[in-house]
Amino acid sequence: MSPTANGVALLRAMIRIRRFEERCAELYQEEKIRGFLHLYIGEEAIAVGVMQSLTPEDAIVATYREHGHALARGIDMNRVMAEMYGKATGTSGGRGGSMHLFDAKTRFFGGNAIVGGHLPLAAGLALADRMQGRGVVTACFFGDGAVAEGEFHETLNLAALWQLPVLFCCENNRYAMGTALERAQSETELALKAASYRIPAWPVDGMDVVAVEGAARRATGAIRAGEGPHFIEFRTYRFRAHSMFDPDLYRSKGEVETWRRRDPITLLTDRLRGEGAVDDAALEGIEREVAAEIDAAAAFAESSEWEPVETLARHVTSEAPS
Amino acid sequence: MSTVTYRDALNQALKEEMQRDDRVFLMGEEVGVYQGAYKVSKGLLQEFGEMRVVDTPITELGFAGIGVGAAMVGLRPVIEFMTWNFALLAIDQVVNAAAKLLYMSGGQFNIPIVFRGPNGAALQLSAQHSQAFESWLAHIPGLKVVSPGTPRDAKGLLKSAIRDDNPVVFFEGEMLYNTKGDVPDEEYVIPIGQAELKREGDHCTIVTYGKSALMAVQVADQLEKDGIRVDVVDLRTIRPMDVAAITASVRKTNRAVVLEEGWEVCGVGAQIVDHIQRDCFDDLDAPVIRVHQADVPMPYAKNLERAAKPDVAKTIAAVKKVMYLPD
Repeated sequence: MSPTANGVALLRAMIRIRRFEERCAELYQEEKIRGFLHLYIGEEAIAVGVMQSLTPEDAIVATYREHGHALARGIDMNRVMAEMYGKATGTSGGRGGSMHLFDAKTRFFGGNAIVGGHLPLAAGLALADRMQGRGVVTACFFGDGAVAEGEFHETLNLAALWQLPVLFCCENNRYAMGTALERAQSETELALKAASYRIPAWPVDGMDVVAVEGAARRATGAIRAGEGPHFIEFRTYRFRAHSMFDPDLYRSKGEVETWRRRDPITLLTDRLRGEGAVDDAALEGIEREVAAEIDAAAAFAESSEWEPVETLARHVTSEAPS
Repeated sequence: MSTVTYRDALNQALKEEMQRDDRVFLMGEEVGVYQGAYKVSKGLLQEFGEMRVVDTPITELGFAGIGVGAAMVGLRPVIEFMTWNFALLAIDQVVNAAAKLLYMSGGQFNIPIVFRGPNGAALQLSAQHSQAFESWLAHIPGLKVVSPGTPRDAKGLLKSAIRDDNPVVFFEGEMLYNTKGDVPDEEYVIPIGQAELKREGDHCTIVTYGKSALMAVQVADQLEKDGIRVDVVDLRTIRPMDVAAITASVRKTNRAVVLEEGWEVCGVGAQIVDHIQRDCFDDLDAPVIRVHQADVPMPYAKNLERAAKPDVAKTIAAVKKVMYLPD
């Protein structure tokens, strides 16, 4: 990679997600954030890298581990944080929480918390885009756990059969909650599963944001050229537990440490330093700006109002005339 | 007015709504080339083409979810399940996605989709093809649940369902498709959530919906010969339920029988009885009686199946019981 501004922008985007989630973990301990909180720490390169290949018209569908995707997509951090608090100013007015971030303006279709359940939604968005003549891509993020679900296989079959413009982004962090890949999959080369549906598929180092971006650009370029769905298996690792309730007993400290040495932020920082693109002062500047943004987001969430309980039943159904 | 089958009434509704709004499309197993497993979609592929009449493999969960995704960006899919028994494979998308996306997104994404297909028992199709699931779906906030019994209601309600901005579960019936009835020649819709009195009387109320509404009408006609006049409240929509129509009738007759195809435990009838005891406690002259399927998986043998299903005789016996009359 050349010492470009883009490299620094990628680094900044990853640091922003990392620090945001570290703050979320603290706020969880302070009981400002409740419910389930699934941290993306360690996997930031995937959301950040893939987003580089998407236009504002493209669609994103994500899982319940989606804070990074939401921020990388450009949803206002204040509104994301307010949703984590459950405040009226949050992306879903406090009806969704950490697992259900949605934003129509940036075409961010959740925040879906049934493993595999959002894959058909992504194919449906792509079908609708094609029916209505929009030449856009739907990027669908999911974990290795989803690969064992029927919805994964049904969606890949239909997407391939109908040549739908979907980029399937498998975030293989090697554990479906606490179950290791080897204990869950008869075939652990996950790209082979997609390939069996005649979908172009290949594995990529998910800790290398530049490699992620390159693979995503290659795939989205092909999809835009009418070559149908593509599948990328991003090999990554979740540095933190599955959720705040997970004592993380199913993997060794040594394994976690080994992967931490391939921290996507450290890898890119080292590379950019080597190229002279960043120095301590630049890094401190990034950290300072990011901290200020997060402070402001937490203050915004803290000072926001709760949704009035009188509105409890609002949005159960839509009663606006069609 | 024309005399039309329930099947053709549905076909007319689909055709008219697809002509009216190019965002409407039909998707499911055998809806196109095969012309519909029950021929509800006959001729639609020829008129609208394969972009709007989409044949799928046998993959209920997949195409239900694809429908939900398409609805998120403003298309208006009609998802045909060959039967609701098979739709159990897709229930994640109906319950976890379609019913909840509007709420979870704080009102950003409404889901204008119809899930439709035959529900309940036909004849000797045994346990896995003879189930009535309306209580399962009616339990879920975010869904509307419709179950018309006549061709006129089927057409008017399907048109409303397609125009509705919410997910609508639409229950048809294999035994209904060939039934005939009067259907207006001019354009009309029937609002979701409105019951209709199919027979009027002052001795007893029968509350019912869907296929059972036809049975209730037969019951009313037979009882009339004995001088017993019953109100038949055909709910037509199960959620939202027209409680006012039930209340008005029971306050008039002071007696009620609730008739449904499904099982007793946690059935739709239990919900109806709850409304009656809350709103008509002082009006009742007898406990409400429910008529429903026996608490068994549907058997195959003709005599066993007959014993398991609600029928005219069982319903007449129930009416006589709430009227304290001898059998």
